[in-house]
Amino acid sequence: MMQLAALIPFFPLAGFIIIGLLNKRMPKNMAAMFACAMLLISFGLSVSVFMNISGHATEIQLFSWINAGTFSASFNFLLDPLSSIFLLIITGVGFLIHIYSIGYMHDDEKHNIFFAYLNLFIFFMLVLVLGSSYLLMFVGWEGVGLSSYLLIGFWFKNNSYNNAAKKAFIMNRIGDLGFLLGIILLFITFGSSDYATIFPKAQGFMTGDSMITTITLLLFVGAIGKSAQIPLYTWLPDAMAGPTPVSALIHAATMVTAGIYMVARSGILYALAPVSMYVVALIGVVTAVFAATIALTQNDIKKVLAYSTVSQLGYMFLGLGVGAFSASVFHVMTHAFFKALLFLGAGSVIHGLGGEQDIRNMGGLRKKLPITFITFLLATLAISGIPPFSGFFSKDEILAHAFASNKIFWVLGVIGSMMTAFYMFRLLFLTFYGTYRGDEHKVHPHESPSSMTVPLIILAILSTIGGFVGVPESLGGTSQISKFLDPVFQPAQAKMMMIENSSSISEIALMGITVAVVLASILLAWYFYVSRKRVPSPEGTKLPVLTNLSYHKYYVDEIYNALITKPLDAISLFLKNIVDNKLIDGIVNATGKLTEWLSGLMRFVQTGNVDFYLLAMVIGMACIIFFKLM
Amino acid sequence: MPTITLLILTFAAAFIALFMPIRYGNRFAFASSLVIFAYSVYLFITFPISPDYQNVVDYPWIESLGIHFKVGMDGISILMVMLTTFLTPLIIFSVRKSEPRPRAFYSLLLFMEMALIGVFVSMDGFMFYIFWEIALIPIYFICLLWGGKDRVKITLKFFIYTLTGSLFMLVGLIYLYLHTSGQHSFDIQSLYAAGKSLDAQHQCILFWFFFLAFGIKMPIFPLHTWQPDTYTEAPAQGTMMLSGIMLKMGIYGLIRWMIPMLPLGFSQNSQYAMWLAVIGVIYAGIIAFTQKDMKRLLAYSSISHVGLIAAGIFAFNAQGLQGSIIQMLSHGINVVGLFFVVDIIQSRTGTRDLGSLGGIRLKAPYLATVFAIIMLGAVALPLTDGFPGEFLLISGVFKFDNIMGAIAGLTIIIGAVYMLRAYQRSMLGETSTWTDSFSDITMAEKTVLIPIVIMVIVIGVCPNLFLRVSEPAIMKLLSGM
Repeated sequence: MMQLAALIPFFPLAGFIIIGLLNKRMPKNMAAMFACAMLLISFGLSVSVFMNISGHATEIQLFSWINAGTFSASFNFLLDPLSSIFLLIITGVGFLIHIYSIGYMHDDEKHNIFFAYLNLFIFFMLVLVLGSSYLLMFVGWEGVGLSSYLLIGFWFKNNSYNNAAKKAFIMNRIGDLGFLLGIILLFITFGSSDYATIFPKAQGFMTGDSMITTITLLLFVGAIGKSAQIPLYTWLPDAMAGPTPVSALIHAATMVTAGIYMVARSGILYALAPVSMYVVALIGVVTAVFAATIALTQNDIKKVLAYSTVSQLGYMFLGLGVGAFSASVFHVMTHAFFKALLFLGAGSVIHGLGGEQDIRNMGGLRKKLPITFITFLLATLAISGIPPFSGFFSKDEILAHAFASNKIFWVLGVIGSMMTAFYMFRLLFLTFYGTYRGDEHKVHPHESPSSMTVPLIILAILSTIGGFVGVPESLGGTSQISKFLDPVFQPAQAKMMMIENSSSISEIALMGITVAVVLASILLAWYFYVSRKRVPSPEGTKLPVLTNLSYHKYYVDEIYNALITKPLDAISLFLKNIVDNKLIDGIVNATGKLTEWLSGLMRFVQTGNVDFYLLAMVIGMACIIFFKLM
Repeated sequence: MPTITLLILTFAAAFIALFMPIRYGNRFAFASSLVIFAYSVYLFITFPISPDYQNVVDYPWIESLGIHFKVGMDGISILMVMLTTFLTPLIIFSVRKSEPRPRAFYSLLLFMEMALIGVFVSMDGFMFYIFWEIALIPIYFICLLWGGKDRVKITLKFFIYTLTGSLFMLVGLIYLYLHTSGQHSFDIQSLYAAGKSLDAQHQCILFWFFFLAFGIKMPIFPLHTWQPDTYTEAPAQGTMMLSGIMLKMGIYGLIRWMIPMLPLGFSQNSQYAMWLAVIGVIYAGIIAFTQKDMKRLLAYSSISHVGLIAAGIFAFNAQGLQGSIIQMLSHGINVVGLFFVVDIIQSRTGTRDLGSLGGIRLKAPYLATVFAIIMLGAVALPLTDGFPGEFLLISGVFKFDNIMGAIAGLTIIIGAVYMLRAYQRSMLGETSTWTDSFSDITMAEKTVLIPIVIMVIVIGVCPNLFLRVSEPAIMKLLSGM
């Protein structure tokens, strides 16, 4: 049975190849159905893997990939509880988004290519989580980057979309260099990049070992790029240029969580490097708050969700950094449900409004898009962390661990939650409440077809009840998910000096504080955007300083442009025009000139006058005799 | 015997091509180069995994000077021969029907193939030098007669540059020859022994003599200024020959001749050479950022890639050397594909200027897809041919020196920047007046590009197919130090 699991990634790959090669020769419906069917098979296999998974990992050998000297890397897959959860998320949510795309992309002229790319993405994502070595994770890692590039720039006529795609690829590559160097160091230290070799050997290292610290920091650079953390997050909001299902699948539910997968997978290494753990937590919590402050003032429905994703990913890293590995993976799962739902809901709104994305031109859509509204509301409750919706349990577990490890992290995390609830409800109220602010003569808001609403409903159910697999003991639950993941994280937990969890009374008190704060900020949003009917000011109005900073994303893009892009272009021109053409070629030409000049000198000697030659000969002989005598 | 058969076949093809009726010229040249390829595939398949030279032939040539006609192949040579015989038919087939003086053109291309194979199989220093110089003659005429408008000036620069390098190599070879024991000989083993018998100081001087010769050919920073001009002005096939195969002569020379002959000179100077190579990776990559002429952009990208290959050799460990071998194959394949894509664009639009292009993907999706796949190979995406090489090379350099490894690693970012930019400016966006009536690639063009695309994937997925062939020879080289 487990051997069959090796086929999981290859169904989507087959889908990509077949749809890609046939392309226009394949009828639209057939291409879409085929792509969905490939994924459904993978999903079915993933479910059966999940059912049959046991505590210890199963390795499936495929073939030997790169050998050079002592270096060898194989193409093998690894099945364990961690990869099986990711398999379920990727194929399950992926399948729903494929279905949704049937409706969303129906009229697009490159419909078939879209499904081919989606299948390709799923293939690489599955390789990423199934690979049994860091090198294979890197294969999937770069592969999803490629798919993301192709899908962000899907509508390639528009150059600003192309620029967004290019930016995503290059920023990811910056992170990837860190990852790559980390892998090379792993090879040098452990002689392999296979998990099965590294993790047992790592147990022999001292906590705080400098090599392990370097490796984990380098790997984390990769995670920063892929999971859009400070300072490499600016590509993700731009990536919203892609079709909305892509934003849901790649830039919310799956690909961007690859960084979390990587750190969680390397749990034992991070457990040995407290410095790295601290860095992970710090970057995570700072990103969580920073991105949330930007989301507060954005007016593009997808941009709000994009910054929200950056912020939620920050929470996941905070969880990892304080040692709550299973809580982070739990949050990956619940986030996949509610964030995919939010994006798909946003897509449904955009679809219903004929492409409108600005929330200032929305409002009152509650009646016109009822299914979208209800599902969006459930997702908003889930992300805000209202019990008993899924986001509550996962985020709460992260915050509880943060409290145990560093009170400041906890405070920042709660502030972030407060802002999360505010910007999400601001978005909800401005979109669905009040009166419609668009031009009703031009746009006729309408509900989306069932191929789009059914995935919404399923995801809404998952967002609502998905948290029950992780109800903490303090609330009378059994934390099934952390028990399930325990075999994977046990070695790491054992290495860490785990601070005893605070008593369940104080844990409940902490929850109470968070929930109260969140409810207060929802009320505040209600007061502003429903009671007072406030609408964000139109483009060009002068904003208060802080609002302006947040609205312009702290001008980070402009700063990067001025500090990196522009100078590099100038250096490029300088190297070409001055160093290459003037300096190096100058020397080359000078050598040529020198030869010419020397030959000119020589020419003077060639006078053709026999007397002169005789004289020269006599002088020469005199010199030789003189020197011989010396 | 098979080695000589290969040389004779190629020479005969070149000779006959000169007298073929023009109508059959193209078909004959293509067919004969395919036969040569088929023969080398046969040799490759039957090639034993062994560190020793195979198919060695040794005839006395100028006995009194100790010069022999000695050829043979080890795992490194066979891969280089394979690369040559795989790319030559594609390059021949890419010649446009409108090319003037086609007979001479085909003949020169085949003649060049012979010389290149000769370089890769020579086991006698004198023969190596002869083939090395013979290879220059056809490419000189190809550039001079079929090149762009600045061809005369630029070909002269190229010619003088490489001849200067060769001169240093000749002096080096003769010096070593005079130090061979007993009756002087140019035999590869005698030259190895002669070089090793020298003291460190002499080896160091000779190291830089050979470095000049090989470094100019590749080219390594700062010996590269002939290259962008020549690549830009040469006709497409000339550029493909130069970048795809000919520059590998220099890299091959390092591995086959310089390192074993001058082990002390190498180990004492490799870190300096490494610095030059690594600087070249970054330097040329950054220059490529702002190039508008696609050919010139690819020329600088080639300097950058070759810099990394050289760095892998100077690192002198299994990863670096094996990486350089596999990367020579992938670089050859990618760069030929990319230059051909540029040639297609230029023949359709009359321009290679990125500012004038755009939107080609709308008109020619097939070309855009093929270009994308080869580009991914060039930016070393895993599962394409660029990755195994680049990964091994960066690992090798990193092992040699962490800082240099990290700097050389920047190539994965820099390469993505200029490649994606070139792709976007030419293929994506709206069409321009230049690309309005662009037609997708023809059957003939597909015939050239599809084998390249297949190899991009094959090398990416199973690099071991090639790595295992060169491994024993590389291990022997490493243990010989």
